Parts: sequence; structure tokens; C-alpha cells
Amino acid sequence: MATLIKLKKGYNLNIEGAILSDEVAQGAKASTFAVVPGDFTGIIPRMDVKEGEKVAAGDVLYHDKNFESIKVVSPVAGVVKSVNRGERRKIESIEIETDNSDSKKTFITKPTSAKALLLESGLWSMMRQRPYDIVPKPNAEIRDFFVTCFDSAPLAPSLSIVVGEKNKYINKGVEVLKSLTNGNVYLGCREGEEFEATGAETVVFKGPHPAGNAGVQAANIAPVNKGETIVTLDVVTLARIGHLFTEGYVNFETVVAVVGSEIENPKYVSSIMGCPVSTLVEGNMKSDSGNARFINGNVLSGVQIEANSYLRAPYRQITVIPELIKKDEFMGWASLSPKKFSVYHNFTHWLFGGAKKSNKVDARINGGERAIVMSGEYDRMLPMDIYSEFLIKAIIAFDIDKMEQLGIYEVAPEDFALTEYADTSKLELQRIVREGLDRMRKEME
Amino acid sequence: MKPSFQEGGKFAKLQSVFDGFETFLFTPNTTSRSGAHIHDQNDMKRTMSTVILALLPCLLFGMYNVGYQHYLAIGEASAAWTSMFIYGFLAMLPVIVVSYGVGLGIEFVGAQIHHKEIQEGFLVTGMLIPLIVPINTPLWMTAVATAFAVVFAKEVFGGTGMNIFNVALITRAFLFFSYPSWMSGDKAFVKTDSIFGFGGGNVADGFSGATPLGQVATNAGESLGQLKDVVGGEITTMDAFWGFIAGSPGETSMVAILIGAVILLVTGIASWRVMLSVFAGGLAMAGIAHAFPSAAYPASFIDPFAQLCYGGFAFAAVFMATDPVTGARTKAGQYIFGFLIGVLAILIRVYNSGYPEGAMLAVLLMNAFAPLIDHLVVNRNIQRRLNRAKAK
Repeated sequence: MATLIKLKKGYNLNIEGAILSDEVAQGAKASTFAVVPGDFTGIIPRMDVKEGEKVAAGDVLYHDKNFESIKVVSPVAGVVKSVNRGERRKIESIEIETDNSDSKKTFITKPTSAKALLLESGLWSMMRQRPYDIVPKPNAEIRDFFVTCFDSAPLAPSLSIVVGEKNKYINKGVEVLKSLTNGNVYLGCREGEEFEATGAETVVFKGPHPAGNAGVQAANIAPVNKGETIVTLDVVTLARIGHLFTEGYVNFETVVAVVGSEIENPKYVSSIMGCPVSTLVEGNMKSDSGNARFINGNVLSGVQIEANSYLRAPYRQITVIPELIKKDEFMGWASLSPKKFSVYHNFTHWLFGGAKKSNKVDARINGGERAIVMSGEYDRMLPMDIYSEFLIKAIIAFDIDKMEQLGIYEVAPEDFALTEYADTSKLELQRIVREGLDRMRKEME
Repeated sequence: MKPSFQEGGKFAKLQSVFDGFETFLFTPNTTSRSGAHIHDQNDMKRTMSTVILALLPCLLFGMYNVGYQHYLAIGEASAAWTSMFIYGFLAMLPVIVVSYGVGLGIEFVGAQIHHKEIQEGFLVTGMLIPLIVPINTPLWMTAVATAFAVVFAKEVFGGTGMNIFNVALITRAFLFFSYPSWMSGDKAFVKTDSIFGFGGGNVADGFSGATPLGQVATNAGESLGQLKDVVGGEITTMDAFWGFIAGSPGETSMVAILIGAVILLVTGIASWRVMLSVFAGGLAMAGIAHAFPSAAYPASFIDPFAQLCYGGFAFAAVFMATDPVTGARTKAGQYIFGFLIGVLAILIRVYNSGYPEGAMLAVLLMNAFAPLIDHLVVNRNIQRRLNRAKAK
């Protein structure tokens, strides 16, 4: 019997551009794919291939400087077209020109070396660990695995659609994870969309976003303590792991939700990890005025990308919203317009049944950065036993003891994404948390 | 126009002021650079203007009541309500102008010195000051007190969001302790002079400008004497509820304050936890005091509900205690913080004969303790985390 956990804190933002049908369209064929090292937090890339070298799908592109066993692999077969470097020769992306061949790296699966196989196949780098929200260190003792089986973020895809037919590998995936821990494998599900697997414990969450966040689920099941390590992944990665151990190769296919108010017809598109964004949105844009903001992921915790760039981790959502709906808006702060939406009731939106309507949003910050004034504002957006405001202040002051005491090991930047949205003081909370985690890690290692 | 106000421009010294006005007039076009791509429509300007909106009923009624008390005092209680309002308007306008002029002036200079944007905090403070300063206070005193409060209670701590004490209450406390003779007694709360020749008349016989709580404090005998209005007529708790009594402009009407409270609570700007627990604390303490009436402490004769209607208690509960910056910030802390304000306000009112009203001092005292309360609450969370780690 699945455990039910009800969460009250949080908020479901109703944003224009949702998908209405569960049908999955086939994405346009692409010739170039890319891997972005920035997606794999915590890894310092050391290249294993050179430009012009031929690779099969699943061949290693680079490994981590500190833990050489952590690998990142190519999602397609072809030729390494370019290794693009930015400031201080930091690798920004690796482009691979596909030869459309079916050549792929295959593995012999032995149950004894599950960890080595996961590392070598590149699937290890698709998981994250707490503390620090980075790719798991291979030498850490994993207390538990937390698998998120739904995404509660605005306009997020249903993960059961993204998993698709791979769901038959979930049992195998759980079996593999079980062999890596003495603890549990938890499947955090949404009501009505439960996943079950032998050996795993299903926990059903009821409540608004961020109930789908791995951190929130872990905090409400078994919070991570100082000195412990937990590993988080989504159910899609879990299915991929099961697939690898059953079929002997990694499945790089994915389903992407293409959403947002700038998309003509929001829909699911099937493609391959690292495909060009243009192949996903082609012919489906409302206008090409240049006023569109492309986001890989959701509007809260996703990253801004260029229209001509590539699909990045976690390879399941592209959101396109307008950059600016109205330029130089006159006295916007005094507006009585019911179109203006707020989690507070000091706009007229809620009076006109706004909660049921979907809202068109743009990327404006809607105010200047201020000191923290409103109290309890951060807490009501984060269903964790953490005083987020005090934690944020401790991070800004970089008080290591306080950060530890207030629970920095339990959080990831994405947990503060909704808080950042609602913040009256308009502070860049996700950046603050990310920098805090990075500095903390440096200090502790 | 904009370039001349930027670094190196002709008017670079006015950059903060220019930015202030620009962002006031136009929503900035700045879009998100990191983190969340969308942001809530609510910002500090909207938040502060919501509070001002909530203060408007108090302000409008305050203007009317200043006029009403004046016409009552000169024996023309039958004057048209419009004249009363205009009189009150004329009486209060200079105070509002002085409060905003002095406070915002200092904020503008401060913002420019630190090369920061102008913060909106004083918009509310500037409106609170005229509402809690007795109407007869000379303008220069208000100006000095406002300047003192903004500089020493706020700017030295780092501006809006950083202050420990409520700035408006520091203004009043400064006046209270520096010019005590102007702050209480007969002359403080009722304006009897004409303004620009408007509302002239002689003060009626038997005039006394003492507030109901002032009368209570000087009460002698084994029971409470009848409370009187400024010309000796009887007043009831209902008069205090509606607000037709002498007092600082904003604090007299429970009705106007409650309208403000509803606005603050419905919009979600103020904490209902604080508001509720201040009233709960006040009722509890007033109940205890009333259960042991004593001639030595005449305010103990007042029944608990009336305690809440008289004086600045309700105003402090709704607009002062709920200041998020100077109050407790944790949920559990807010209950404790509010409750103690309520208790202390009535405790001072009843058992300290030196001060007929204790709301101001109670809030200021608890402002000082708010960080301690939060510290204890947060420490419990820390302890919980430690225990959890140990239990493994």
C-alpha cells in the first residue's frame, strides 16, 4: 500500500500554453546534436575525443577530472563536429554531426558490477546527489534513492508520457538501484499517476508545486542529514537504467513537452537527447518577432537558451514565452488590470475568477531588488521543515555553521525556484543557493 | 533625458531621484537574467501602496474627527460634516506634507550617497506619522522627530528592511519623551484654533481636551466615573468604537481600523497571526485586570472589550505590530510576539500610572525582543535537525 503525504505549502501557477492532448508527434530529423557540460553540475570535463573523431551512440565524450570513472557520452552516432570553448577555455558544448547510422555501444551486463556499468554508460551522470545537488560521487555510500515520478512545475510534461514504452524496464531499474544501497528506493508519485515496482516503496504526494521536486519529496520522506548522501533521479532515467541492464545499450530517445504562450500548438514531440531546439518548435511558433524567450525546462528553474541551440538536461521540456509583453508600462505598480497575476490578493486578478484562467506571462522582473521585507513569504512556498529566509541569509553571509544547522544539505537551487518567483524583494534566490552550495563544497573538500 | 542623470552625466548627483521617479512612472523593462524566468507582479511599490490604501479609511475618518472635535469644542456640534472634514483636512495636510517632505528628503539623499535605488519603506511610515502624532503638535517638532527617526532608527541600520524599531513609533516616542507637555493632557488632541480663518469660534465653557484614557488615569474613587467628551457630554464604548472621541487622528475609530485590517488580511500583506494574537493578548490581560478591579489602578474598571476600543491599541495591533521588518518573522514567533504586545500594552495602560496608554511602548519593547523570539524558534528547528542526525 502506498503511503500518502499531503503538502499544503507551495503554489500552482496557471500559465498559458499548456498541452491539451496526450498524443506524441514525431520531431523533425536533425543532423547535429549537442552535449552541454554545464548540465552535469559538479563535473570538470576532460575530453576523451577530439574534433573529427568518429563516435557511436553511447561512446564516451569526456570524463570527470576528479573521478575518472564518471563519464558523459554521445547520444548519437556520428562525428565530433566541434568542441566549443568559452572564457578560460571552459567547454560550453560538444557538437556531434550524426551519420544517421544505428551504430551504438553495447555492454555486457553483469549484476556484480552495476555501478561500473552505470558510470561507463553515462547514465550515472544523469543522477544527482544531495548534498550539493551534483552528479553523485562514485565513492559515497548511498543512503537511499529518491525517484521523482511526476513533475509539478508549470506546464511540465506528464512523466508517464515521457517514459512511454520504457516503463516496462522500471522493475529492472529498481533492482539495479537496490543493489547499490542498503536503504530504500522511493518512488515519489502524484495521485492517479502511480508507479509501482517490486522492491521500491511508492509514496504518493498530494499538493501544489514544488511537490514534484526531488528535494521536497526527500525532505518529507526521510530528510538527508549531515554526512549522509542520497541520490535523486527521475523515473525516465530509472527506466533508462532498466533498459540498459535488459537490452545492453542506452536508450537516448526522449519525449519533449513543447509549451508556452509563444507556441502555436503546444504538444509532445518525440526526439533524441541533445537534438536542436529548432527541430522541436519548427512551424509551431506564433511569430518570429524576436521577442520570444526559449527556456530549456520550465519557467521557474529552467535555463535560457538560444533558439538555434540544443535540447539540454533533463531533456523533457521546452518553454517559449514572450520576453516583454508591454514596453515602458505606465505606473504598472498601480494597475487595476485583472490580467496582472499575483500570489498576493492585492491585484484584481483573483476577484475576477483569475485562479481558473491561465495567464500570459513575460520575463520581466516587475520591480527592483530590495532588502527582505515581507515575512513568511519564503516559507509558504517551500514544503520543507526549513526556515528558508534564515537559510538564505546565512548563505549570503556565508556562515558555514549556520548554513549546516539550517539545512543546506537538504536543498537544491530548484527548490527555491517558486520562492524566487513570489519574492517581493526580487532576490536571485536560485543563484544565491547555487553559489552557496558550490562554496560550501569547496570548503568541505 | 536619461543619460544626463547617469554616471558622468550633468545631473549624476540626482541619479537615485531620477531612477526613483522613472520606476515610479514606468514599470522597468528589465527581464530576468538568472534563476526564475517569470516573476510575480507584486513588488515593494505595490505592497507599500496596499498598506497606504488600508490606511486611507483611518486617514479620512481622522480628518473628519479632527474637525468634529473642533466644532464640538467651540460649541457648534451641529456644523455641517463637510466643514468638519475640510477643517480636519486643513489641520492634517501640513503634518502630512512635513512628514513626507522631511522623511523622503532624507531617504533621497541617503539613497544617492549609497548609490542605491530609493526604497519604498517611508511611503507607509510617512503616512503613519500624521495619524499617530497628536494634532496640536507644532510642525517643527514633527519635522525634528521624523528626521531623528529616519536617520537614527533606519538609515544607520541600513535602510528599509534593516531597521530594528518601527520608524513611525520612534518618531512618536521621540516626541513623547522630548516634549511631554505637548503629547498629553488637555491641549494635545483637540485643535481649537481656526485655520486660515476657517472654523473660528470661542472654546465652549467646560472644555477639556483630555482623552478618555487620560480621564481614566486621573480617576479617583472605588468605581470609574462617567467618561466625558470634550465639552462634558457623556460618551459610551460605542462612541469609541465608531471613533467620535478625542485622540490622535488615526487611532480613534475602531471601524476605520477594522476596514484597514480587512484590506491587509484579504490581500495577504499583513500577518493575521500577529494581528489576532495582539487582540488575544490584549483581551486576556484586560480580562485579568478587570477581574481584580482596584481604585489604585482605575483603568482596571474598564471592561475588556472597551479596553480594545479606547486609545491606540487597535491601531497598533493592525498597523504597527504587523510591520514585518521589526516584528517576529517565524510563524510560531509571530504568535508569541503579538500576544506579548497585547499583554504589555494593557499592562502598561492599567498598572503604570505614568502612561495612560501603553500600545506604543509595548510595540517598541517587543520590536527589541523580536529577533530573540525568532532565534529561539529557529533554534528549535536546528535542534530538531541535530537530533535527527544523532538518532541514526
